[in-house]
Amino acid sequence: MSRRNRVNDPDTDIGGPARKFPQTNRSAIVAIRSEEPHVRQRAFGTILDSYWKPVYKYIRLKWNVDNEDAKDLTQDFFGNAFQKNYFADYDAAKASFQTFLRTCVDGFIANQRKSQQRLKRGGGLEHISLDFQGADNELAIHPPSPNLTPEQFFEREWVRNVFALAVEILRKKCDDTNNQIRFHLFERYDLEESTEKVSYAALANEFGLTTTTVTNQLAAARREFRKIVLDKLRETTASDEEFQKQARDLLGVEVI
Amino acid sequence: MKWISDTKIDHLRALASQPDLSATKYTIVKELARGGMGTVYLAEDTELARQVAIKVLNPEVVDEDDRQRMLREAQIIARLEHPGIVPVHDVGMLDDGRIYYAMKYVRGRRLDEYVAQGDSINDRLRKFQAVCDAVAFAHSNGVVHRDLKPQNIMIGAFGEVLVLDWGVAKILRNAQFISSEDQTLKLPRRSEPEEPTDGRTANGTVIGTVNYMAPEQARGETQLVDERSDVYSLGVILYFLLTKQPPKPRADYADLRRPREFDSKITKQAEAVCLKAMSIDRSRRYELAIDLSADIGRLLDGEPVSAYREGVVDKLGRWLSKNRFLVLLVLTYLLMRIILLFTSGR
Repeated sequence: MSRRNRVNDPDTDIGGPARKFPQTNRSAIVAIRSEEPHVRQRAFGTILDSYWKPVYKYIRLKWNVDNEDAKDLTQDFFGNAFQKNYFADYDAAKASFQTFLRTCVDGFIANQRKSQQRLKRGGGLEHISLDFQGADNELAIHPPSPNLTPEQFFEREWVRNVFALAVEILRKKCDDTNNQIRFHLFERYDLEESTEKVSYAALANEFGLTTTTVTNQLAAARREFRKIVLDKLRETTASDEEFQKQARDLLGVEVI
Repeated sequence: MKWISDTKIDHLRALASQPDLSATKYTIVKELARGGMGTVYLAEDTELARQVAIKVLNPEVVDEDDRQRMLREAQIIARLEHPGIVPVHDVGMLDDGRIYYAMKYVRGRRLDEYVAQGDSINDRLRKFQAVCDAVAFAHSNGVVHRDLKPQNIMIGAFGEVLVLDWGVAKILRNAQFISSEDQTLKLPRRSEPEEPTDGRTANGTVIGTVNYMAPEQARGETQLVDERSDVYSLGVILYFLLTKQPPKPRADYADLRRPREFDSKITKQAEAVCLKAMSIDRSRRYELAIDLSADIGRLLDGEPVSAYREGVVDKLGRWLSKNRFLVLLVLTYLLMRIILLFTSGR
């Protein structure tokens, strides 16, 4: 299945441009139940983007497996989930989607171990191209905190992934609108790991702008970033209520 | 895709949780402070090209009563036009239903930070008098602050003193500036009674900060809360300014160490003013902040204060202290005469 461009397109293609339709139409969780295979596939891709990395790292931590086994298990889990449409069973009234998905992963691996089918995994399933090497490097350089339970770690990794995707989308949007300076300012001020905080005045000097322009560009970048994050949340929640709750839990914001 | 650290996740989370001010003329620069009810941001007024402080209701408190309370706060401050009270420029509602108001951005330090700097007692008393004057102005307009504490007082870059955070202020019925046809503040959405109706300030409920709170306020007897409750809080602030010690929580409001136990340089008069303001019995406190301010002025001028009955020794001591230079001059003169007398006699 092709994942090309998916990262850079936060809207689903259900019913046309998203803003003209109710917010739930942008939900991949809703779209995964569609009768149309291409709609289901696209929705699945959206879920995969947001969750494959947290799932992979979670499997490594919770199930204490090496990277090769974790790769296989992640591939198999998502392969099965797509083929058997696991995610269509999600009921927002019972739990959040993250909790549901994590429970599915645990159940899947427990079953795999029980039936000793590990060596037979992958049969008939479509191979998904995922950057496991990148995920392994991240785990090696930034190992999970011992203070976190696997469940907390999974939540944290999910948030990290949502934000990382949002940053990439913002970068792409700035590129597309020929506004690279906005992203560079955002990158310098809000993303760069540095012990010394750079001032707006210093940034203005560095980029040859006025301080007011820096203020306005950063405000616009943050506004856009916020919107992208909320769009990502919308994609992975099934109802408006669940979306509101997620937005409150993750960002402490009330979205109308 | 770049890995984002936990610190940056928290930073981005804070960024994404910032209110969307795109429909206003303000853009957020950074978060300044977060309280239970609202968060204050440093923002840029894009029309006037100046920095302002914007207080926005927290998203978790967006019911109608909280909106009304925030509006009420903005309107109270807007009515209190005084150099010691931070002016409100603008008030409005965001698309998500949250109330915000923009006010002057005060560059400076909080009173507790200022005290740590170590100015003289007289300098601290001058600042305290300015606080009293701002509160006295509010009292004269029928407004009681109810949450006076060093954290709500700013000392500006040029020494100006500003009283902040009027979020739990109470409007008294006998307010001089509220005419008979305008007994309550007029709010856009509904007629607002003097107190929010959510019960938080109904009788039996506590509002304010415990260490600085008058006993009647701490007991939740809101019908008894008036100017004298603010006077009590001012007394505790004075205690803090004199001793540099934040007051310890008092279980029964009786076990208070006297200021002079911390520092013998504190005069008996200053201690008496402080303890009078902090009287447990509200009828023994200063009636108004202006009375307390007047006593502070007398303290600074070396005049007798209403809180302290002086004996002859005290009077002499105060006179000597007030006329130290003159006394020193006379003593020097006398000493010279004695020396001259002694040397010429030889």
